[in-house]
Amino acid sequence: MDNSIKMYADEVNFFYGKTHALKDINLNIYKNHVTAIIGPSGCGKSTFIRLLNRMNELVPNTSLLGGIYMDGMDIFGPSVDAVEIRRQVGMVFQKPNPFPKSIFDNISYGLKVNGIKDRLFIEEKVEWSLKKAALWPEVKDRLHDSALRLSGGQQQRLCIARSLAVESEVILFDEPCASLDPISTAKIEELITELKKEYTIVIVTHNMQQAARVSDYTAFFLMGELIEFGKTQDIFTKPNDPKTEAYITGRFG
Amino acid sequence: MKGKVLQNIGFSSLFLCILTTLFFLGTIIYFIFSRGIQVISWEFLTQAPRNAMTEGGVAPVIVGTFYLTLGSMLFAVPLGLACAIYLCEYSPKSFVVNIIRISINNLAGVPSVVFGLFGLSVFVKLFGFGVSILSGSLTLGILALPLIISASQEALVAVPHSIREASLSLGASKWQTIKRIVLPTALPGILTGVILSVGRVAGETAPILFTAAAFYKRGYPNSIFSEVMALPYHIYALMTEGAHPVKQKAIAYGCSLILLFLVLLISAIAIFIRQRQRSYHG
Repeated sequence: MDNSIKMYADEVNFFYGKTHALKDINLNIYKNHVTAIIGPSGCGKSTFIRLLNRMNELVPNTSLLGGIYMDGMDIFGPSVDAVEIRRQVGMVFQKPNPFPKSIFDNISYGLKVNGIKDRLFIEEKVEWSLKKAALWPEVKDRLHDSALRLSGGQQQRLCIARSLAVESEVILFDEPCASLDPISTAKIEELITELKKEYTIVIVTHNMQQAARVSDYTAFFLMGELIEFGKTQDIFTKPNDPKTEAYITGRFG
Repeated sequence: MKGKVLQNIGFSSLFLCILTTLFFLGTIIYFIFSRGIQVISWEFLTQAPRNAMTEGGVAPVIVGTFYLTLGSMLFAVPLGLACAIYLCEYSPKSFVVNIIRISINNLAGVPSVVFGLFGLSVFVKLFGFGVSILSGSLTLGILALPLIISASQEALVAVPHSIREASLSLGASKWQTIKRIVLPTALPGILTGVILSVGRVAGETAPILFTAAAFYKRGYPNSIFSEVMALPYHIYALMTEGAHPVKQKAIAYGCSLILLFLVLLISAIAIFIRQRQRSYHG
C-alpha cells in the first residue's frame, strides 16, 4: 500500500434513517497534505468528515456501509474504540467552541481526560500547543483568563491548539473560517499551511478561493456523490467533469 | 389618534394590575413585620419556649426547620440530579421515557397534603420510621424532587451542543464530558433550582403535619428519629391550639416573620447566583 496515504474511504455509503447521504465514496487522504472538500450545502461534505473521526455515530438512527481506514486499519473495526480515534483525529468546528473555562484549562482538558496528571508536562504542552497555533504571544500573560474573552479568531486558534495538545495526527476543519473576519481567516489559512508539515489536514469549505489557496487536493461533492477528486491545481484549471466546472466558476451552489 | 388613546388605556390598565399585585405583597410584608417585630429579640431567636409556649424563644423550632430542610435536600438533590442526568443525557427518545417525563411533571402538581398522607402511610407506618425528622425529610424530599429534576433538566439542556462535541472530539468519553464540561456549565442553573426548592420545602406545612412535626417538644432533637417542632407547623399550632391565644398569636407572627425572612433570603441567593451566571456567559 502507498505509504503516503494516511486515511482512505472505501465504498462508503451513509444513511440518516432512509436518506442516502453519501453514495459510494472512494477517496484518499494523503499524509502531510491538505485535502479540501467543496460542494454546495447539503452535498454531504460535513457528513463525510464527521465519519473520519466517528462523530456521526452520535447521531441516532444512522448507518454506514463500507469502511474508512487510517494507517491501513478500519477505524470502524470491532476492536476499535471511537474515543481513541477521536483523539487521533482532531476536529475544529464551524463556530469556535471553547469551553467556558480558562485558556490554560481549555488546552489541558484533552490531556487530563486522557489520563495525564504530570503538572510540569501539562504546562509545557500547553505552551507548545499555543506556540504551534500561533496564539502564544497574544495570550501568554493571561493564560488564566476566561477563553470566552478572546476574539473569534483567537478562539478558533485556541480550538486548534486544543486539538494539537492531544497529539492528533489528522486535523479536520469543518468550515473553520465561516464566522471569522478576513484578517483572522488569513491567519488560520497561514496556520493550516504551516501545520501540514507535521499533520494531515482535511478542510471543508464553502470558499472556493480558500480551497485554491490552502489545499493540495480537492474533492468535489454533489448530492452525496463524489463527482471529482484530484490535485487542486487540476481541479481548478482543467476539471474533467462539467458539473465541477459549473460549480467552481460559480454557476450554481 | 384613536389607536394612541387605546394604547394608553391598555398600558394604564397593565400598570394598574402591577400596582394591585405590589399592593398585596406590600400589605403582607407590612402586616407580618409590624406584628412580628414586637416579639423578635435575641432571646426569641436563641432560647427554647417556656410557660406553655407563651414566653421564651423559638430556637428549637428554627433548628427543626433547618434539620428537615437539610435532610430533604440530602435525599432529593443527589436523586433528582441523577434522574435529570439520565433523562437528558442517556435515555433514548422513546415512548416510555416520555411517559416518565410527563409523570415527573405531574408529580409537581400533586397537592402537598397528599404527600403528607403518603409519608404517613409509607415512611411512618410501613417503614416504621415513626413521626420523625427522617420521615419528614423523606416526605419533603419527594415534594422537592420534581422541582429539582425539572430545574436540572433545563440547566442541562441549556449547555450548548457545540462544547459537548468539542469535548468528545478531544477523545473524552461521554461520562467525562458530562462530569467535566456539562455539569460545571449547568451548575449555576442547577443550584438556582435547588435553592428555590429549599425555599419551598422550608415553608411547607402539610407534608410534615403527620410525618415529623410536634406541637411542643422539650429541648432540641437528638436523633433523626426524633419528632421536631418546625416553623410552618408551629405557626399553625399556635393559632389553633393551646390555652393562651393572645400571647400565642404574637409569637405566631414572630415565627411568620422569621420564616418570611428565611424564604426571601433564600430567593435572594438564588437570584444572585443567576445574575452571576448571566454575566459570565454574556
